[in-house]
Amino acid sequence: MKLSKEEVLKIATLARLELSASEVEKYSHQLSSILDYVEKLNQLNIEGIEPTAHAVLVPTPFREDRVAQDETMEKSLQNAPDREETFFKVPKVL
Amino acid sequence: MQLYDLTIHELGDLLRQKKASSREITESVFRRIRAVEPRIRSYVTLTEELALQQAKRADEKIAKDVGAIHELPLRGIPIGIKDNFLTEGIKTTCSSKILHNYIPPYNGTAVKRLIDEGAVVVGKLNMDEFAMGSSNENSAIGVVRNPWDLERIPGGSSGGSAAAVAAGECIAATGTDTGGSIRLPAALTNLVGVKPTYGRVSRYGIVAFASSLDQVGPIAKDVTDAAILLKALAGHDPRDSTSLNVPVPDYTKTLVPDIKGWKIGIPKEYFIEGLDIEVKKAIDAAIGTVKRLGAECVEVTLPHTDYGVPTYYILATAEASSNLARYDGIRYGHRNRSVRELIPLYEKSRSDGFGAEVKRRIMLGTYVLSAGYYDAYYLRGQKARTLIRRDFEKAFERCDVILTPVSPTPAWKIGEKIDDPLKMYLSDIFTINVNLAGLPGMSLPCGFTEGGLPIGMQLIAKHFEEEKMLRVAYAYEQATEWHKRRPKL
Repeated sequence: MKLSKEEVLKIATLARLELSASEVEKYSHQLSSILDYVEKLNQLNIEGIEPTAHAVLVPTPFREDRVAQDETMEKSLQNAPDREETFFKVPKVL
Repeated sequence: MQLYDLTIHELGDLLRQKKASSREITESVFRRIRAVEPRIRSYVTLTEELALQQAKRADEKIAKDVGAIHELPLRGIPIGIKDNFLTEGIKTTCSSKILHNYIPPYNGTAVKRLIDEGAVVVGKLNMDEFAMGSSNENSAIGVVRNPWDLERIPGGSSGGSAAAVAAGECIAATGTDTGGSIRLPAALTNLVGVKPTYGRVSRYGIVAFASSLDQVGPIAKDVTDAAILLKALAGHDPRDSTSLNVPVPDYTKTLVPDIKGWKIGIPKEYFIEGLDIEVKKAIDAAIGTVKRLGAECVEVTLPHTDYGVPTYYILATAEASSNLARYDGIRYGHRNRSVRELIPLYEKSRSDGFGAEVKRRIMLGTYVLSAGYYDAYYLRGQKARTLIRRDFEKAFERCDVILTPVSPTPAWKIGEKIDDPLKMYLSDIFTINVNLAGLPGMSLPCGFTEGGLPIGMQLIAKHFEEEKMLRVAYAYEQATEWHKRRPKL
């Protein structure tokens, strides 16, 4: 499995990462060799095998739909890189 | 022996007998930190002022009720916290540039439980960035050194936790384990590390890496200390929907040195080519000791062992790519200020903030989840996971506990595997399947190489049977002296 530079750039776009030319080169090589290794799973007969999402089955826990306030608004905003009043400030979206 | 060299239970005895105060213990730990930290670099943040306040409060409480130490064995004991545990008002970086300035607004459940039990918080411990790594070299803060040999890695990703405990920079520490991140560093630094059953300890307030695999656990100097910490950490938490409502036993009560008639499974697939000869010798000797203690060793088979690493690197990276999507420079963490548009802001903030390994795993995870590849990778990985889980179920029909090596080699040299991600991933070959199967596993000291590097062995038990593996570990520990050795620094 050889990942081309174009494929690497496509994955980077999906992952919202901006890669330098040397990173593209490096990841195309490294990801290809990791994917080659992962191909090992093709040797397995998985016919009729159920997938495991969580190894310990936990029933979906329910709770009452009750309003609770854990954090104050100020605390939740304390790490904002940019804010205005009680809002996170972002560049223009539309 | 200095106070910082002692264990939680030894210090508990001193506190009870009024032979030491929490203040003296805490000061001893900080003196030790000043002496060795420039060489080890296990901390990201130190909280000395807070620690001394907590020690003062602990001393006041102990003065009022000495007997309470039995119920609250952590009272007044200096503990280090891995830097992916949220700590209210204390910077939590995950050893990443993207969280370099992040101050959590609340304490996670594990931290809250330790503080409520009276533990003294020494500081936040260095780690592989976002817990992704086996050597602690993937840290934006800096490489942590192994106290047993400063030219070598301490293991990862809880490398700061292990190095700090081994060097006497805290009495015990917390860690997280997604593919071996507690057990591997514990093995490489002569410590006891426990990865509990998936669902045993709440992950509320732990920075998520791979949510179907992550677990919280202790790194300590001996089995008793690990049991004390596990008891404090474990238990149901409604804030973590994967936390199970199963009663928590008093793990210290299981520590009786008697395993006569117990069946210990030895999986043949773990004694492979590539297993270091000195590690193999130490594990063989440990099997001999366990037999002398009256246990019966039976050969078991885990035929899908080899498929663990590829399965893990599909599932863990897929989950990571999704979990790490939240770091976008909007609500917290690093924001690149050179752009005025939204998408480039995401891309530049993330690219500045994440290190090479984190980017590599996000890329891999994004790829295996991308349109057209889901069945070939993610779904196939989940099916392989079923086969791995079933291997263990079958093996446990024949034994109580499984015994294996932890790491195929002792601690390696800094830089040795850093340019070859695949080689690095294979360091976790013996620990990863335990996470995939959601089982409890632990590492404990079982010998040294001729060059003086620690070797660890792994014990694995059935879901929620931590008591069994702790019992075997304790029996072995009582019959050996490895855990008493401390590095010369």
